[in-house]
Amino acid sequence: MRWALGNLDLILGLTLNHVRLSVIPIIASLVLSIPLGWLANRNKTLRAVVITGGSLLFTIPSLPLFVILPLIIPTRVLDETNLIVALSIYGVAIMARSAADALASVAAPTLDASTAIGFSPAARFFRVELPLAGPVLLAGIRVVSVSTIALVSVGVIIGSANLGYLFQNGKQRGILAEVVVGILVSLLLALLFDLILVTLGRLLMPWNRGAGADGRLRTRPRRRAPAVAVGGAS
Amino acid sequence: MIEFRSVTKRFPDETVAVDDFSFTLPSHRTTVLVGSSGCGKTTLLRMINRMVEPTSGQVLIDDVDVASRDKVELRRSIGYVLQAAGLLPHRKVVDNVATAPVLKGVPKAQARAEALELLDKVGLDRSLADRYPRQLSGGQQQRVGVARALAGDPNILLMDEPFGAVDPIVRADLQLELNRLQRELGKTIVFVTHDIDEAFTLADQVIIFKKGGIIAQAGTPAQILAEPADDFVATFIGADKGKRDLHLQQRTGDQGLTLVVDGDGRPVGILDGAGSPAPGGPDPARGQVTRA
Amino acid sequence: MRLFLQGLAWIFDGSHWQAGAQSPLPIQDRLVEHLTYTAIAIVIAAVIALPLGFFIGHTGKGRQFVIGFTGAMRALPTLGLLFFLLMVFGYFLSYNTAPLVGATIAFVILAIPSMLAGAYSGLESVDRQTIDAARANGMTEWQILTQVEIPLALPLIVGGIRASVLQVIATVTIASYAGLGGLGRIITSGIGLNDYSLILGGALLVTALALGMDGLLALVQRATATQGLSDPTARRRPTSATKSGTRTHA
Repeated sequence: MRWALGNLDLILGLTLNHVRLSVIPIIASLVLSIPLGWLANRNKTLRAVVITGGSLLFTIPSLPLFVILPLIIPTRVLDETNLIVALSIYGVAIMARSAADALASVAAPTLDASTAIGFSPAARFFRVELPLAGPVLLAGIRVVSVSTIALVSVGVIIGSANLGYLFQNGKQRGILAEVVVGILVSLLLALLFDLILVTLGRLLMPWNRGAGADGRLRTRPRRRAPAVAVGGAS
Repeated sequence: MIEFRSVTKRFPDETVAVDDFSFTLPSHRTTVLVGSSGCGKTTLLRMINRMVEPTSGQVLIDDVDVASRDKVELRRSIGYVLQAAGLLPHRKVVDNVATAPVLKGVPKAQARAEALELLDKVGLDRSLADRYPRQLSGGQQQRVGVARALAGDPNILLMDEPFGAVDPIVRADLQLELNRLQRELGKTIVFVTHDIDEAFTLADQVIIFKKGGIIAQAGTPAQILAEPADDFVATFIGADKGKRDLHLQQRTGDQGLTLVVDGDGRPVGILDGAGSPAPGGPDPARGQVTRA
Repeated sequence: MRLFLQGLAWIFDGSHWQAGAQSPLPIQDRLVEHLTYTAIAIVIAAVIALPLGFFIGHTGKGRQFVIGFTGAMRALPTLGLLFFLLMVFGYFLSYNTAPLVGATIAFVILAIPSMLAGAYSGLESVDRQTIDAARANGMTEWQILTQVEIPLALPLIVGGIRASVLQVIATVTIASYAGLGGLGRIITSGIGLNDYSLILGGALLVTALALGMDGLLALVQRATATQGLSDPTARRRPTSATKSGTRTHA
């Protein structure tokens, strides 16, 4: 604690940079994943390409990806851009599938009805499909947000100044408190981002409020679809 | 003989499914428990093989309290058919049928051979034996469910809305098949349904329930049809709407066919032969006629 | 592209596989280390996580715990956890054993959530009616678990293990930064020496290892979904928290 008080400026600076490094990939993955998710729902082949592609990219461990990127984009090895691009790639890898699921989750009769009412295809997508896909998109972006914030710190290995610096510096100088502060601030940041996303979700999707709680009351807990699913062989 | 002695079931959320229920179900007969959902009929059924434990009271099979028997051993000695068949999706049809005998220690080869005979018995082609449940139609899956319940030759067969999820034509088929099987096997069958027509088709004895496991009326189908105990029963069996009130009618242009018409004037069938019921055919007391 | 070929050329340079080559070589030694760390961590994690997941999935007790735990673990920075444990064990273990013990514990902690979630959600995904029928047919709870729930949940259980393996392979790579062996050593040496072919060679090796293991386990996963499980009528739709969802990256 004493260490933290004595180094508030350092912590604040690193935290702000950590936030900056996290926000860009989170937004990028949301924006990029929606067209990908739309594509994935066009036909089976596109779906396989998007989902398998995402899954393969996600399989590449972070450190190798950070250092391979300069081969593909015009950056140098020790460049923060690599970190941002790599994190965006992971984010898109997670979100593309989420977005595909989200758009597929919109009930077909609702879409039919919208067409019948007279929405143009574009209006139908932006004013019916996308908003109704919101809850599943939100679930996906929350996962992206939490894992991106945790992952940014690995970037310290390629010279990025973020909360990971506290891990590296603390280890080198033997200050355990520094490492602990780094972990705690990183956790708090993840929690804060999650709260912001949940709040945004409530503000933007008022129709969805309380729906989850009701559903839970009506169905018996053991009968519900798994809340945590892992490893579909895509 | 299955006897319920002042059985009460109160669930943890304080809903009372069954309140002080006493009744005796005779052996080698089909007793159908019928009522709308939430009347406690399934709870009563599941008390027989201890899938549900009564809060108070006793359930006895041939004068032995089921509570005194080992749950697992008790269940292995009783056949059970569920609505969605509940087959094990990762096991072939033949192995599904052989489940209970194998659990009881019957050698696998023998259990499988017996399972094949059971498939014959329930009217399934042996070529289906090596399929997986999901490769069968709903009606076929139900037949497998019945075959599995019959494996090991249990005296008691519990059937929980077994034909509720199949379409009406297949259901009628399965009902006739069950009647045929029962004539052959003479099991003690306890059958739960919310469909009064199904109840009348299958039952030697029908128990109609109100909410909370209260008996509205018990008796043979003929007794209930002839004398509904009260308005609830009359409504339940459709007597109030004249649905059971059948009479014969001949219309011009029908080439002399005799039409059977219900109380609302809705044709429900034609009469076989010259006005006399065909032998072994429909029993007018059950309101059953040849389907139009 | 030229650099990519340079990386490949480095990997296929026979002298880099020669026993006794200068550190961080030879490659096979680093590969064996990488696989050994991974295997040890996965086995320990499986011994802890699978029975716990089976218990939670079978009884339905503690499902909130799994959901909360896997969510919270996702937020934990791997590098921070790794360094924290290395330092803590450095206080009371010898210079030689501390990194190994600390790192292994970190790997195990990171491997547990995916496996736990896989085992739990696998069991939970089994149709309640199937289990009810199995019980009504006189299966004991143990028989229901071993003959019905686990076989039916196997694809998801293997999926959880698969995610864990990838997680650990990735974390082992980073652990080399803290002085542990493994293929990551080649990358960090390369960064230290500013040797591009070393960095790329190492990165390609780790990537190949991860993709290879992922493919292998994907095959295992497919093999566990037996004929009876593939549902011709209803295509199983992935839920929103997908494979990648339970795995934090390292």
